[in-house]
Amino acid sequence: MALNYDQALEKYEPTLGLEVHVELNTLSKMFCGCATDFGASPNTQTCPVCLGLPGSLPVVNAKAVESSIRIGLALNCSITPFSRFARKNYFYPDMPKNFQTSQYDEPICVNGYLDVTIETEEGPKVYRVDIERVHMEEDTGKSLHVGGATGRIHGAEHSLLDYNRAGIPLVEIVTRIIPGTDKYAPEVARAYVAELRDILRSLGVSDVKMEQGSLRCDANVSISPRNSGVLGTRSETKNVNSLRSVERAVRGEIIRQANRLEAGERIVQETRHFQEESGETRSGRSKETAEDYRYFPEPDLLPIVADPAWVEELRAALPEKPSIRRKKLQEAWGVPDKEMAAMVNAELLDTVEETVALGAEPTKARSWWLGEVSRLANEKSVAPTSLIQPSEIAEIISLIASGELTDKLARQVVEGVINGEGNPRMVIEKRGLKVVSDDSALMAAIEAAIASQPDTAERIRGGNIPAAGALIGAVMKATGGQADAAKVRELLLKHLGQG
Amino acid sequence: MIHQSAAQMSADLAAGSVTAVELANAHFDRIAAVDGDVHAFLHIDREGALAQASAVDASRKAGEKVHPLAGVPLALKDVLTQKGVPTTCGSKMLEGWRPPYDSTVVTNLKKAGVVILGKTNMDEFAMGSSTENSAYGATRNPWDLSRIPGGSGGGSSAALAAFEAPLAIGTDTGGSIRQPAAVTGTVGVKPTYGAVSRYGLVAFSSSLDQAGPCARTVLDTAMLHEVIAGYDPKDSTSINAPVGKMVDAAKKLDIKGMKIGVVKELSGDGYQAGVLTRFNEALEALVSAGAEIVEVSTPSFEYALAAYYLIAPSEASSNLARFDSMRYGIRVGDDGSRSAEEVMNMTREVGFGREVKRRIILGTYALSSGYYDAYYGSAQKVRTLIKRDYEAAFAKVDVLVSPTCPTTAFKIGEKSDDPVAMYLNDVCTIPVNLAGIGSMSLPCGLAPEDGLPVGFQIMSPAMKDELMYQVGGTLEAALESSWSKPLYASAPELAVK
Repeated sequence: MALNYDQALEKYEPTLGLEVHVELNTLSKMFCGCATDFGASPNTQTCPVCLGLPGSLPVVNAKAVESSIRIGLALNCSITPFSRFARKNYFYPDMPKNFQTSQYDEPICVNGYLDVTIETEEGPKVYRVDIERVHMEEDTGKSLHVGGATGRIHGAEHSLLDYNRAGIPLVEIVTRIIPGTDKYAPEVARAYVAELRDILRSLGVSDVKMEQGSLRCDANVSISPRNSGVLGTRSETKNVNSLRSVERAVRGEIIRQANRLEAGERIVQETRHFQEESGETRSGRSKETAEDYRYFPEPDLLPIVADPAWVEELRAALPEKPSIRRKKLQEAWGVPDKEMAAMVNAELLDTVEETVALGAEPTKARSWWLGEVSRLANEKSVAPTSLIQPSEIAEIISLIASGELTDKLARQVVEGVINGEGNPRMVIEKRGLKVVSDDSALMAAIEAAIASQPDTAERIRGGNIPAAGALIGAVMKATGGQADAAKVRELLLKHLGQG
Repeated sequence: MIHQSAAQMSADLAAGSVTAVELANAHFDRIAAVDGDVHAFLHIDREGALAQASAVDASRKAGEKVHPLAGVPLALKDVLTQKGVPTTCGSKMLEGWRPPYDSTVVTNLKKAGVVILGKTNMDEFAMGSSTENSAYGATRNPWDLSRIPGGSGGGSSAALAAFEAPLAIGTDTGGSIRQPAAVTGTVGVKPTYGAVSRYGLVAFSSSLDQAGPCARTVLDTAMLHEVIAGYDPKDSTSINAPVGKMVDAAKKLDIKGMKIGVVKELSGDGYQAGVLTRFNEALEALVSAGAEIVEVSTPSFEYALAAYYLIAPSEASSNLARFDSMRYGIRVGDDGSRSAEEVMNMTREVGFGREVKRRIILGTYALSSGYYDAYYGSAQKVRTLIKRDYEAAFAKVDVLVSPTCPTTAFKIGEKSDDPVAMYLNDVCTIPVNLAGIGSMSLPCGLAPEDGLPVGFQIMSPAMKDELMYQVGGTLEAALESSWSKPLYASAPELAVK
């Protein structure tokens, strides 16, 4: 009988550490002037340097160094006065030089931390995640394995190589073991990546799109019998492409490892790949026999010596921390914790803020973005922000406030804007969605309704006010829902001597 | 015409008594006549050279200001990229590769209007001291065709000694410019590390490699030095400082009051008697010219060779990893049944020669986890000690001198089965690379016992390359006046075919 998560946690204690790779959004690559645009035709963004042609030499991208230092500062790290690149030697077809220029024992930032808050059964709890190091490296090219059933190299007929990604600047952020997470390890992992992503976004150093791979998280998980005091063998789970997947991957890995130990099997030190569909991880490369990367200092580059005055300038210019900004917004908007968390999780905080800045009432802005727009976005599997502009939502909210639209009509306007029928005004115009507020037009509809249901009208005249619903419904139907129901009721009752 | 110095050719071109095209053709004729025996060249770029020569002639004719070396021919070591021209590094691995870009050295040469005749032979990936490790056959020493022309840049120095070119470019990782210069009676300079851009120099050992000028006279070498040196933003290790006045220094012919240190450790046992005879005569000539000679001890040099043969192979094992058949060069075994890894293995097995494999294995071992500190780490410490030895010495003297090599040119095949004996030939040149300083080899006569050229090495402090030109120019003038002609004029006539 397989253990579920709670049963696994009764017997075992998880240990969690996280490595996050961030693609910087510099215009050019880490060591050459090639462009870094996502999705360009294969091998069009390459040169002798990032193709590793014989004789070519790297030159460090100063902007990438600056971004790395800013990341380190935002994560409360020390900026090392002297750091160096090293060569990590291994053969792989998508590695143009068959070594990766990375940082090894002399990274640019060390010893930081990031506090994250999660909801626990005892209320909100803060976990301090210690950052061991932040270092720079270059990305590899991409291999596309053609002809196999799995898209993996084994069984493929041939492989295609795209070196556009080779040399894109990467920053790797490595935590120490995060202590005391216990059963909340999955939530802490997710909260850490979410907070980190918000910080990186606020710094403007990366697109931080997990689904495009500009932010990649590797989760190191091990478990050990409760109170045993020993660390278990860890696995490293890759291919985690969303915040939700971070949480699922850690949870899945804890369950898998517990069941292996229960079955008397051992945990293999290996890379595992997260499977989005099943929420499980699949075995990848074994790390049992540690690969010897033969690191040595990169002789083609000089050490990086960051001027302390410059570092202080960068520190002084850091943006407000996302956690502080969130707190301020929450106070200003007066929204409860739960709603705030919903906006953050849906990645719509910036959008709602922008909508509010355009004059929308915060609660309304939140409910339109998280409600109708998110629902439509979900149907189309796209981001809500790709469907409609904050200015358009703000305009629709203001039209409701002025009585020119009802909520129901407004939903049609949103749908029209998303369908590409133009801006809200144009949609209202084209679809003829204005609220019918012309009394004479309404009166004609009311009289028609009375004429068709004389008995009902008679009951209302006799004081049976609730019976008005049937006539109001008929009027609304006749006006295609464009009438203001309250107005119809008022006019109807007055007409029948009950106003 | 071809027997003159580059400076004389430059003067003749300026005076209009010869054209660049005539000069290039005269050298192509010479190459056709003698290179069958010498085998200095791997590739002749007749079309490109004549186009460059014509362009220079046209500029001169139009009265445009051109560089003094514009139109003077040059032989380029096959380890530097030249756009569209085959670059093999003496290796089968790169057979057929035509680089899509110019090395910075080539860019500078082209800018000056220097005419690049072709690419010269070398030990594979610059690993060797005899040019016997070329995958395309050995180069022969024009002074004695049964002997080696030195290495790795034997092709460049042999081309100079055989009058196939008046100027050449070499690269020097442990002596690959200076030792060939010494054994062919020519001049070769390894500039201060970082003085000449390494961009486009196919790396052997990145922290030691340095391209430099080669010629038959000190002045010619200085002229070429000024063309190729200078800061290059494409090479992070290039030094951002103005290029020194090498030509002025070479023309100074005055060393009165200079202090010259003789390195005690680079002499004695293992040095050929005739080498020491000519070396000591040169010291006397320097004294006569007004220099003070003092003996200097550099105790750490004892470990230089060992340190070098850890650092250079370590870096090489990583630098040469890129030759995997995926993007350029040869590919072996790709018949659709094999994995990329198998094809890489088969290609490297066939593409690399014995010496290259030996050094890759050595370097891979030295960098391995558990051995790194003992080997690579210790070697780096020795490197620091050697630097300190030089600093201490240069606190007392202006330049240091020694023989360039312990012996004159040895016979082809004599040391090819004994790598350590081959490595020992570089014992005098290697400390310079480890310290990153500049050094020159110039001829100081023929050894009495075998009549072969002897090289004299001058070492100057980092970024003071002018000093070796000053001393070298003075010594050359003194020796030539005692011989009543330049040494190269005594070279035996080659059979013309």
